[in-house]
Parts: sequence; C-alpha cells; structure tokens
Amino acid sequence: MNINIDTVSKNKIIKKNEMNSENMNENLIVAENLTKQYNGKSVVSNLNLTINRGEIFGLLGPNGAGKSTIILMMLGLTEPSSGSIKVAGYNSTREPIKVKRITGYLPEKLGFYEDLTARQNLKYTAELNSIPEKELDSRIQESLEIVGLEKNKNQAVGTFSKGMKKRLGIADVLIKNPQLAILDEPTEGLDLKIANQILENIQILNREKNITFLISSHQLNLIQKICTRIGIMSRGKLIGEGKIDLLGRGLFAEGKYIIEIELSEVTGNIIEQLKKIDKVLNAEMHDNLIEITCDDDVRPQISKLVVENNLLLTRMNIKDSSLEEIYLKYFKEE
Amino acid sequence: MRGALTVFRKEISDYFSSKIFIILLALIYVAGLGFAFLSIQAIKSAPLSTDQSLLVKVFIDEMFFLKLYTVGEIKAIMTFNLVRFFGAFIPLIGILFGFNAINSERNSGNMSRLLSQPIYRDSLINGKFLAGITTLSIMIGSIILIILGIGFRAIGVPPTSEEILRIFVFIIICIIYGTFWMSLSLLFSVLMKNVAAAILTAIPIWLFLTFFWPYIAPQLANLITPVTEGSSLAVQLKNISLSVDLLRISPFILFYESTAAIVDPTLGHLALRITESDLSKMIASPLSLSQSFIQIWPQLIVIIALALICFGVSYIVFIKQEIRST
Repeated sequence: MNINIDTVSKNKIIKKNEMNSENMNENLIVAENLTKQYNGKSVVSNLNLTINRGEIFGLLGPNGAGKSTIILMMLGLTEPSSGSIKVAGYNSTREPIKVKRITGYLPEKLGFYEDLTARQNLKYTAELNSIPEKELDSRIQESLEIVGLEKNKNQAVGTFSKGMKKRLGIADVLIKNPQLAILDEPTEGLDLKIANQILENIQILNREKNITFLISSHQLNLIQKICTRIGIMSRGKLIGEGKIDLLGRGLFAEGKYIIEIELSEVTGNIIEQLKKIDKVLNAEMHDNLIEITCDDDVRPQISKLVVENNLLLTRMNIKDSSLEEIYLKYFKEE
Repeated sequence: MRGALTVFRKEISDYFSSKIFIILLALIYVAGLGFAFLSIQAIKSAPLSTDQSLLVKVFIDEMFFLKLYTVGEIKAIMTFNLVRFFGAFIPLIGILFGFNAINSERNSGNMSRLLSQPIYRDSLINGKFLAGITTLSIMIGSIILIILGIGFRAIGVPPTSEEILRIFVFIIICIIYGTFWMSLSLLFSVLMKNVAAAILTAIPIWLFLTFFWPYIAPQLANLITPVTEGSSLAVQLKNISLSVDLLRISPFILFYESTAAIVDPTLGHLALRITESDLSKMIASPLSLSQSFIQIWPQLIVIIALALICFGVSYIVFIKQEIRST
C-alpha cells in the first residue's frame, strides 16, 4: 500500500514528533492527596503519584488495594472524596470528557456486543469518539492490523476466544489514538504465548506511537518485562514506587548494590582484597558465587582486581530482585 | 447530545435486526390483523341484526370508521377488542424494550468500556430510552395505520378527518402507555443487576394490574362498602365510585378509559360505569374531540406522570450508581 503524505501532513508529523520528544519528561498523570471513601472507609488514601509521558507504569497490588478505584477516578467515572487527579493537565472530576478523549481504557472485565462483528464494535466506539466518517474505516483497519485481527474483522465477537477479545480490547483503546492507555489486567486468563504477544504490542505502541501505558496487573513476572516503573498499592496506599531495580535495592539491600561474581578459582585472599575496594562494604562466599555489597557500582574495580590476580571472571552481575520478590516482601512486611 | 444520538442509532439498529423484535412485531401484526378482521366481519354483518343492536346504532353514528377499533363488548372490560388488545399487550412490548437496557450492559462488561468513551453518562440511558420509544412508536403506529388501511378497503367507507385525528390521538396515547411500561422496566434494569430478576418483577406487575386487578378492585369495593338488596342509592353509588377509583390504580384501566373516550366518542368517561340497559337507552351523540380530551386528560396526565416518575428515578439512580471495572 502506498501512502502519500503531503507537505502539510509531513510538517505536522515532524512537529508532533518534536513535541513528543519535548514532552517525554512531562507529567501526564498527577494525583495529589487523592482520597476516596465509601461509607467512611478509605479505599484510596492520600495518594500522591506522578506518571510521565512515554512511560509504561505498572500499578500492582492485591484485590481491594484500590487500583481500580484510582483508574475510575482518573477517568472521571467516580469522584474523589478529596484531593485531585489530573490527566494531561485536565482535572478528571471537572473535565472528564476531555480526559476520556485522550485516554483509552481496557477494563478487567471486558465486554463487547457479541452479536456484532469486530468491525461493528469498533465502529461504535469510533462514533462515540466523534471520529469523522471518512476516517472510520482506516482507523478501524489500522487498529485491527496492530493487534493482528484484520482477518477477523467481519466475524461476530461472540465467536472470539478470550485472547482475541483482549486483542480487540486493545484495538478498541487504539481507535481514538490515545495519549494514555489504561489497561486493567491485560494478560489475565491468557496463555503465555498470547500474553507475551500482547505485552510485545504494548512495548511497540509505547515506542512507536509514544502512548503512555498504565497497567494494573497481578501477573508480576509478565509485567516486569515491560514496565519502566511500578507502583505498589496496598489497602489504598501507595507503599512503593519507582524503577524495579531501585525498589529491590531499597527493599532488600537498604539502598546498597549487591554484585555477584563467579571466578575460575577462588584463592585465599581474593575476598579480603575485594573488601578493600573503595565503597565495598562486604564480600562473602555463597556456594560458587561471591556476593559483594557496596555503596556504588564498583564492577570496573572488581574486574581490574580479578585481572591483576590472574583469575578468570566467568560471571558478574548486579543482583536485582524480581518484581515478585519485591511484591511478596512488601506484603509480607505489612 | 451527540453521544446520546450515537447510542440511539446503535440501539435502533439493534432492535430492527434482532430476532426477538421481528418475532414480536410479527406477533403483534398477526394478532392486530386478526382483531381487525373480526371487527370488519362484525361491521359487515351489522345491517342484518335487529334495530336494537349496538351495531345498528353504530351505522347511524358519525364516527363509524372508529368502530373498527372498538367493536366488541365495549362495556365489559375483560372482553377483547382491538383497543383492549393494545391495552394488554403494549405493556409487554414496553417491558421487553426496557428490562435489560442497563443491567445487560453492566453484566456483559460493556458499561465501563462505554462510559470510558468521551460521552456523558446520561447519554447512555437517554439514547436507549429514546430508541425504545421510537421503536415502540413505529410498531404501534404501523399496525394501527395498517388496520386503518385494511378497514378502509374492506368496508369501503372512508374515515372522516376527525376520525383520522382521533386515530392519531389513539396512537399517541398508546405510545405514552407503552412508554410508561418501558420506563418501569428500565427502572428495574437500573435497580436490579440480574436481567432475569428485572423481567420477573416487571411481568407479574403487568399481569396483576392488567388481568387480575379489574376482578379484584370491585370485590374490594364490595368488601369496604357492601351492597345488599336493600341498600340505598347512596350506598350503591358509593360502591360504584369506590370500585372505579380502585380500578384506576391500574394503568391499564387509565389507558382503557382514555382510549375508549377517543375511539368511541359516545361513551366518554362512562366507559367504566355503563351497563347493558344504559347502553340501549343511550342516544348516539358523539362528543367532539375537544370534549373527549376534557374527559381523558386526568387519566392521560397520570400515565404521563407515572412514565416521567419511573424514568426520572431510573435516571437519577443510574447517574449516581457506582461504576466498577469488574
């Protein structure tokens, strides 16, 4: 297919790209002292959260942690008891239509009109978004192609598998060209292959279309692969937020680095020499590995020391905790 | 408004392509045409009857054409003619259009997806309500007008302009009546999460008010103000008055009184009180349309008010309802 882009459109695209790069560090979601109470009971309490444009942010927590309530407040579907939440500068409570115009939402319990085809369902969403008639077909086609459902566009959604419905849900989110996509449990109930495909799609969309993603999920190991930052919710409170490795470092090593090395052979005084490197706090042998605790990343100094001792370094890495370890630790500590 | 129109268009398209709608439409058409056929036969055979018969009186009536809709035992509430057929079955159509309007969206998981689109929340309920009224209007209007056309061809007597006007008023009353039942079932669809619970609440209410209440109300009146052989005229009148008041609790009776006064201008609000002997003594002097309106406006206002109350409550409850992602 040949696509002709006129000069004006090219300029628009260039300008858009420039704006995108400028906006990379811009806050897209800002929640300030956000609180929601039901019958006097706090479901979300004093949440302060900032999500930047271009991020893939994972919102994690057990059922009843308040994740869905935050999402609903973000979309203006429920009002906060106090505090505020803004999406792209729009107050979700006062300007919900403006927020919903730039936000796509994939609910956990995703529903479509089963007797309608995939195309008809997307057309309805497009019409609700006031997408011009002349753009409808191309937008639907493009969204279906991204999720790999273009061949099923005239098939009734009732005949779709769970995975196909999730993919259609993502197409439904994409139809409005959103700045922000909120996905509630996007991989739940799917087999690993389909789940990975969906996560891959998310990464591609994030990279190529600069869509910011907010993903709420329980499937920690899967989400870990794509999230740039995570927030851990428990009982309505954000108990941890940041990059996964930093969260792990903060939790398991009190902000310290743990470097693991494996040597061809361990001589008697190598551990003592390692302990003498500046900023190294401790070095211990665990099975065949030497675990070095330090205040900074001292891998170059370690390499140098190993070479000076005529030893062979077979492995060296910074020990990061998996999201699951972090998650379990946080909830164990409660 | 744009959101409501989009929902409206989608719902209309859904109704006209759904099997349930087509079956319902076919059923209404078959039954309606059946009643029309019986009316035509009765009218055609009327000149052969005795001079004292109701149907001969019909022929000296200026509003002859309207008898298509009322021929039958009009004084007896439970005997069926076309008006009573509409009175009994329009609620069923209304209920079927409203009972799953909101709860099915919630149960299927469509609700949160739809409301996350840039539309106001009321667009959904307004769009669905308008689509229901429009479809109801098309169904009712088309069958009544088809009967008018068939009647004209079969009887060979064209309707007068006032008769046409009265038929249009009749259509409007039918639509208002259907709207009330749709609003009631819409209310149940907002209040009840379970679709089956909503319809299983609406249907018994319809059955009770339409088929059982006309029998129960007079018995209740007799219990409260017993009439014996020696009862005074005042007691008898009190009994009748109470019976009529109790009957009017049922929207079916309100509809029946309204439409009876419109399609049978000789009866007016006497429709509920008239007896066989009264009827034979009556002089055929039809009321004008404006006089008929004076007769029916209280009943009509009550039906409109009931519809508005049900829709208003549904609207408020829906707007205030918590939207969940699951």
